[in-house]
Formats: sequence, C-alpha cells, structure tokens
Amino acid sequence: MRSCCATSRRGFLGLVAGGSFTFALAGLPGAVFAALPGERRFVVVLLRGALDGLAAVAPYADPRYAEKRGALALKPPGEAGGAIALDRNFALHPSLAALAPYYQRGEFLVVPAAGNGYQTRSHFDAQDLMETGLAAKHGESDGWLNRALVLLQKGDARLGLAVGGAVPLVLRGKVQVASWEPQGKTPPDSDLIAALKPIYARDQLLGPAFAEGLKAQSFAGAVLGDDSEMGKGMGFGPKAFAPLAAAAGKLLAADKGPRVAALDMGGWDTHVAQGAETGRLAQNLEGLAAGLDAMAQAMGPVWKNTVVVAVTEFGRTVAVNGNNGTDHGTASVLLVLGGAVKGGRVAGDWPGLANLQDNRDLRVATDSRRVMKGILRDHLGLDRRDLDARVFPDDAALAPFDGIIRA
Amino acid sequence: MALSNAAAAVVASTRFGFAAKPGELDLIAHDPRGWALAQLRGAAAPLPGNLPPASRMVALMLEARRDKSADKKEFNTQMRDVYLAEIEARIRQAAQTDAPFTERLAHFWSNHFTVSAFRPFVRGFAVAFEREAIRPHVGARFADMLLAAESHPAMLLYLDNAESIGPDSIGGIRRGKGINENLGREILELHTLGVDGGYSQHDVEALARILTGWSIAQLQDSQAGSFRFWPQIHEPGPKVLLGRTYSEDGQREGERALRDLASHPATARHVAVKLARHFIADEPPHDDVERIAKVFRDTGGDLRAVHTAVVETKDIWDKPFAKYRTPDDLVVSACRVAGFTPEAPMLVQSLKNLDQMPFYAPSPAGWPDAAAAWVSPESVLKRAEWCGNFAARIPNPPDPAQLADAVLGEAMPAETLEAIQRAPSRRDGLALLFAAPEFQKR
Repeated sequence: MRSCCATSRRGFLGLVAGGSFTFALAGLPGAVFAALPGERRFVVVLLRGALDGLAAVAPYADPRYAEKRGALALKPPGEAGGAIALDRNFALHPSLAALAPYYQRGEFLVVPAAGNGYQTRSHFDAQDLMETGLAAKHGESDGWLNRALVLLQKGDARLGLAVGGAVPLVLRGKVQVASWEPQGKTPPDSDLIAALKPIYARDQLLGPAFAEGLKAQSFAGAVLGDDSEMGKGMGFGPKAFAPLAAAAGKLLAADKGPRVAALDMGGWDTHVAQGAETGRLAQNLEGLAAGLDAMAQAMGPVWKNTVVVAVTEFGRTVAVNGNNGTDHGTASVLLVLGGAVKGGRVAGDWPGLANLQDNRDLRVATDSRRVMKGILRDHLGLDRRDLDARVFPDDAALAPFDGIIRA
Repeated sequence: MALSNAAAAVVASTRFGFAAKPGELDLIAHDPRGWALAQLRGAAAPLPGNLPPASRMVALMLEARRDKSADKKEFNTQMRDVYLAEIEARIRQAAQTDAPFTERLAHFWSNHFTVSAFRPFVRGFAVAFEREAIRPHVGARFADMLLAAESHPAMLLYLDNAESIGPDSIGGIRRGKGINENLGREILELHTLGVDGGYSQHDVEALARILTGWSIAQLQDSQAGSFRFWPQIHEPGPKVLLGRTYSEDGQREGERALRDLASHPATARHVAVKLARHFIADEPPHDDVERIAKVFRDTGGDLRAVHTAVVETKDIWDKPFAKYRTPDDLVVSACRVAGFTPEAPMLVQSLKNLDQMPFYAPSPAGWPDAAAAWVSPESVLKRAEWCGNFAARIPNPPDPAQLADAVLGEAMPAETLEAIQRAPSRRDGLALLFAAPEFQKR
C-alpha cells in the first residue's frame, strides 16, 4: 500500500519530526525533491474567508478614511495602540507588529487594493478563481501554481508541497505534489464552531450538549473574539497557523525538500464583531503575523531566497455593517514577504475611498495575477510567454508586475 | 405526491441506508419502499479484496501461542495489517455500495453477534467473522445465522467456548478441567432469548455443557484454525435446557439446541426490539415491536420477511432524523456523501477518537443503539471537529449547498442551508453540512 522509504526521506523527516509534529504516513513524499534554479522558494498563503484589506493595511491618510470606516478605523500612527506607519499614506494594523521589522529591513512589500476583478462576492467561486487564476469557472480545473510547476518540473522529482489537510486547488493538477500535515487532529476552525452555534441551538437533542461542551472547553472566548486569556491560550483558531507555518518553513529549508508550497489560514469572514485594534480580526492578524514570522525563522539562511505571498479571495465592505462587522467586498491587500523581495515599500496604485465600487467596496487597482506573474518570472525564472499561454491563459494580456524581486 | 416521495426518499436513504450518494435520492424517490425491499433478496455482498479467511489468522495465532519464546512482533504486525485492510474494505464498501440497506443490516447483525478485539487476540479475524458468519445469512433464516455465528472460531475464542471442557468427558477427567459458561450465557442473554427471556442459571450451564467440544482445529490438523468438534471434551449424557431434554448426540446436540432457541418466542421478541430500536426509534412503539415479532414467529425466523416487516412500518416515512448516528455511522455516511474514503489508519484513528473503534465494542453486548449512550458535551464537539477535519481532507471538494440538496433535499432546514451557502470556504460549508444536526441524525 505504501511505498518504502529511502534514507534521504528519513533524513528529511527528522527535520520536523520533533515536538508535537510528526509526519502523517500517508502524505509523505516518496520522491526526492529536486533543486529549483538558484534554490529559490515560493510560498502561497491562502487567506480563506476574505481578509479585510483596509484593516490589515490602513490607508490612514486617505481623506475619507475615518469617515468611511467609522468604528473600524484604526487609531492613527503615533497614538498609543495605534497603527504602525509604513509610509505617509499606509499603516499596518497593530496586530501585524511582528511584520514591521521585515518592512524596515526591506523584506516586506504591500500591494493595496489588490484583487482579481471578480465581482459576485461568493466565497466558493472567488476562491476557485483565486486558485485557478482563470477569469471564469470552467468546471473541473487545475491550479495556477500547479501549472507553474509543470513548467518547472524536471523528471519525477516533486517540487510542490501542500501543508495542512487536502491539497488546495491552487496546487492541484497534472504535477503530483507532496502533502504534509501535523499528526493528530487539527484544531477546528473558529468559523465552523461559530456557524454551528445558532444551528445547534435549535436542536433539542444536540443543542444543550453543544452549548455545554463549548463552555467546558472554553471555545467560546476564542470563537466570539473576546480577549479572555482562557480563550487565547487554547491554541484554537488563529493560534493554529504558526506551528503549521513553522513546519512549512522547516520543510522548505531542507536541502532536498520542496521548493514551492501552499497553505491555508481561515477565520477571515468577519461579518460579526470584527473589532478594530483588538477583537476577532485583530487576533487572526496576530496569528498570521506570528505564522509568517515563524516561517521565516524556520527557514534560516534560505529565507534570503524566498518569496511568500498572502492572498485572499476578495476584500470586505468599507463601511461597518449592522453587527459591527463587514460584508463581502471587492479589493483587499496582497502581502509579499521574503528575503528575495524588494520590499520596504507600498507598491501599486491607490483608487481612493471617495469613489467606491457599487458605492460600497474598494476598487481593484492591481490584479493579483500580475503580482504572481511578476514573481513567477523574476523569482522562479519562468518565461513570459509560458506565463501568458499556460499559467494564466484567460488573461494573457495582464502584464507581470515589475520590480517585486531584488535584482 | 412527488414531494412526499422526495421526503420518503430521504427517510429511506438514511434510515435503511447510510446517506444518499449524489444522484441517488432521485433514484430512490421513484419508489422509496421498493428501493429498500429490493435489497432484501439475498446475502450481503462479500468485501472486495484478498482478505484472509479467519481460519488462516487463527492458525497464525495458534502458532504464535505455541512458541512462547518467539518474538510476537511479526505476528502482531500481521494482525494489525489485516485488521486495517478489513476495516478499510468494510467502510469503503458501505460508502460505495448500491445496496446500502443490505450493508446496514450486515453491520446491525454483526453488532448483535458482537466479536470484539477488546480481547486483543481477536483483532486479526474479528471482521472475517462478519464476512463468514453474518454476511452470507443476512437474507436467510435467523437460525442459520445463529449457527454460523456460534460455530465460528472467532466467537468460540472470543467467548471462551474453545476451551470449555465437559468435566465428565475423557479430556475433562484426564485434565481435571471444566466448562466455561461464557458463550452459553451470552447466547441466551444477548443472541437469542434476551435477558428477560425466562431462562435460569441452570439453563446457562446446560447450554454450556451442550456446546462443550465446539472448538478449533489444532495446528497439526489440515483444517487448522477452522471449527472442529472435539468428542473427547464433549460432556456426555442428556442435558435439560428450558425444560427440554437433549439426549447425547455430540455436535448435533448443540445444533438442535440452537435451532430450538432460534424459534423461541422470546427470541422473536428480543430480535424485534433490537431491529425496531435500530430502524424505528430509540424507544420503539410497542405495536411495531409486536408486529415484527409476529412475523418472526410466523415465518420461523425468516430474516427476509422480518426485515420486510421493518420496512413496512407505517408512520416512519414522514419522520426523518429519528435516530442519532453512531460515530461509525457518521463516518461511513460522510465518506459516502463526499465520495471519498480516507485510508485505514486515518479511519481507525477517527473512530477511536470518537469512541467507537471498529470491532472494539467494550462488551459482548455490542455498541449501544440509542442517542442517550452517544450524546455528551464532549462527544458532540468532537464530532463537529471531526467533520471539520474530514471536510478539509476531501480531495475535490464539491459545492456544499448542492451536495446538501443532493443528500437531504427539502429535509435540510433553510437556516442551515443558508449557513452552508454563506460559509467562508467549500471546506467550511462541507463541515457545516456534516456537522448539521440533520446529518448527525438519520
């Protein structure tokens, strides 16, 4: 049933076998990974549920910012607990503080108002398009990152790695990828538990037991976004990302390890009680920053050859909704990190908050696929014609975003 | 009419099957009762794959026991590998079959005649017991299944009859050993009459004496590991069971006693209660139990007729979600709906974590079959967590709202469907579908 393991795999295993992480037997890469040109690494972090880009990177100098964001507006830079200025226009959410040093070192590039121009605001469809890189759904499809791997692949060595549960669509396709997941159960998504609460409350048999269980396990604090220390310490939701990201970093740093990886982080669908400087979204951002930082640390010297992109399916409404949250919107933000990134700046156009899409959403100024094209061309050395014809065939005219990678 | 058929299809697919595969609900809706009844024609299908007969695994165990000094590591590995392969084949079959009612019946009867690896040496042939003693008889007579079960090496070993020795037999006199009444008692209490079935301690001992000699062929035998009757350890002389005298007749004595027990009215009632509890409600209506018991009595325990009587229960067809799924049922149903069955280690780990490791029932009484035994604050959360983890592993996650419609149709409440549609990702939507109370029940 299972193919047997070479010594090299054993060595590869040893890297992350310690602590609470071991390999799930079935998901193991049997093949030895081959080297990419220049030992470059590329990681895609899929932020599922739609990250509020305006909260992650606040356009604090936009004249309409405070007015349009209302209760969600962050305290300006300089105030205690306020946002962290990146430049004269944009500031990081205070919960992303762990990423500020990367910005200062020039390893963190922010692309505001990014998206794929997809308009109907459905999570499933938008995530599919984020991952297929196509302009519309074509039924069964493969992921743009897998199509890029087809171009990079040499022999049967596996370059791609999915970290977490199933292989995400972005990595599915012709080329086989390895997958890794921490042994034992992964913590439940706080979104799932939150969504189940009203559903179970209606059920006579399961409702009382569910409510009692939540109380007993102190899920409630983590789910509802209050700051109780009990909730924070449980390791559910936002806290689950850092160990996963660190493991991805270790695997990618290995000599014969994978070179391209994708992993998920959920919890972004903040319709209710989103919060501003603190609260549910703040906790998730903190978890994201901690994870990206942990990944960088785990990579060690390999970090200098690395690009990590955190991308989400769409943004959220500019205005607060009736539940102190935000609803599905259009543009969000792209976070690009790594030693290979020409960072320390905010890149791309800013459409402003005065002229909103459908009078509610931030407009897309930069198509995310232009950024991906730029990275695939300048970091992984793919040919522009291949990118146009094979990786993003629906939108061949989209020009790669120049200047993301350090010369 | 069409609407009520659709509703009845949900009932048929969940009560009698596990859950509808995509597309199956429409098929069932043509004739929900007919769909269930058509599956009662014969035996449950054998499990696919090249699974070893119980006798081979029992022989391996005998070998391992004979050589006390030998390293048991290889033997244990073999037992584990066979166990994992059997469990995966069993779950995969239930998740894929087009005759899920037959399959559910096989699981039901397997649990009725529990053989549990709670006694670890049974692990390598517990599922083979179901394959060999239960599946071939699901559409046959109860008496045939009873005989197959009680004479199967797994049962004889699990409940110690293999080492039960008539004290007045040649072997008993020579070795100074005696009967073990474990199997005799469980046959009366669990497999046939039921605990209130009107038997006494005397009857337990009588049945145990009748069954002495029902044991296993030893290693030197060409049939090593199979059933063998050993006259040397069979208690000689007549025995009185439930007021009836069984004159000395070797192996046939036990066969006659079991056939008599199978046709006992208390057995009809005991079996009817269990079937009604499984297919109708945790506390089934008295009338339904009586009706099913009557069919059992009138047909001499023809299981096809008895199972038909269960399907013909009148007031279940507009009542979905009457039963809380056991963990095993939940896992099978989720795999079936998702069109994805994980590999054995993951399946077993999941079920272990959900407190129903396959073929590890804590006692010969088998797994409980009522919600009260399974609902607890911890377990409800653990199941929701499992749903999230399982949903995250589905390789090609389908659209959750469409799947919910294909599985439960109109029976899925609008609020739940809305939550599924609103879910932040496919996997979250699928997790909600599986964790929804309507999927947690059947």
